[in-house]
Amino acid sequence: MSGDKTEISSKEAWGGGVSPVKTSYGKQMMWFFLVSDALTFGALLTALGFMKHKFEDIWPLCEDVFYHFPGTHAHLPLMYVALMTFILIVSSVTMVLAVEAGHRLDKSGVIKWLAATVVGGLIFLGSQAWEWDTFIRGNEAQSTAFVLPSDNENVAHVRFADDHHVFNESGEGNPVELAIEAINSGEATLELANRTTLSNSDAIKFLKNNAEQVQGANMKKNEYGLPLYANFFFCITGFHGFHVFSGVLFNLIILVQVMKGTYDKRGHFEMIEKTGLYWHFIDLVWVFVFTFFYLI
Amino acid sequence: MERDDLIKDNEYALSASHSEEEGAAIRSTVVKVTIILSLLTIVEVCMGVWLSDRGAFTWQMVKWGFIVMTAVKAGLIVMEFMHLGHEKKALKWLVLAPYIGFILYLAFICLIEATYIFTVGGGN
Repeated sequence: MSGDKTEISSKEAWGGGVSPVKTSYGKQMMWFFLVSDALTFGALLTALGFMKHKFEDIWPLCEDVFYHFPGTHAHLPLMYVALMTFILIVSSVTMVLAVEAGHRLDKSGVIKWLAATVVGGLIFLGSQAWEWDTFIRGNEAQSTAFVLPSDNENVAHVRFADDHHVFNESGEGNPVELAIEAINSGEATLELANRTTLSNSDAIKFLKNNAEQVQGANMKKNEYGLPLYANFFFCITGFHGFHVFSGVLFNLIILVQVMKGTYDKRGHFEMIEKTGLYWHFIDLVWVFVFTFFYLI
Repeated sequence: MERDDLIKDNEYALSASHSEEEGAAIRSTVVKVTIILSLLTIVEVCMGVWLSDRGAFTWQMVKWGFIVMTAVKAGLIVMEFMHLGHEKKALKWLVLAPYIGFILYLAFICLIEATYIFTVGGGN
């Protein structure tokens, strides 16, 4: 393999023969890389499926976790994730249009659609940053989740009879005492991770047994439920986000090359097709993450 | 092996070139695929939000619905956006056959095992 950028004649490629799958070397290798990368994501999602089945009764529901939307306090379960999915689909579409323009050797069309794809990728990355921030800080200023230090898998939630009740709005006082007070007065009950409600006396026993309030999420514990849930969230969406980040980077580099006229000299815009394959792959992975992490 | 992506006027790269009319046809396909992908996503979210508390059997069916819709979306992205449906048969199956085979086997074996661990109470 010659690493330098000198052009070679088609007599040298494939030893003078024909490409077995009638595509160029670069495109074929991109496909093989994507197969191996898809196996990595497939393994991550299968591991997630394993844990979801193993902890079937206590796995948190994503509708109860992801219900915020920027700029509003309305309860909009999964709407923001759906919007992110839509943003990624649209950026995939602009990428197809860039590839199509390249096939017509329409340089200004390629620049227009490739730039749009970069912008779409950046919007998606920003959305993901917002979602991580919300997930790490916690859904409300004061979480209703309590956990025993000895068992951080069984996260119990204080549930108020009045749906609109905000727990400890002022943020003052001991949250455990406030929770006991609310249960004593009959305003609230304590629900375990497996969605069973404790009797008032058991609930108070649970809270008095050194229970502590959990706010937001980290790798050790989180207010939503099993620690594994947050671990998978960080791992899968983080690994995907890193792919988006590098995809944006590739697209930017290619965009600069298009502007410099590298592909005009080469006579074809196949490079757009190759980064395009990578970009569509990112969209493809998100379709699976959306279904298997968020929906099911 | 030589890098044939640097060949000037590469025949494989040029064979993908098309005229203005062919381009218009491709663009109309792209619009159709986009509409289907968006509609499927909207349907999935609505099902997830409104059908999640209708009992275990309904939810089980909804989950299978999600998997079918995801497969349709994935197929459209791979075959149309990534153009694999229009490549040589050899490339198409070189990519699809090993992947589908491995992943279905892995998912099958892991999910069966995990369900067994849950039934014998290994989860808690």
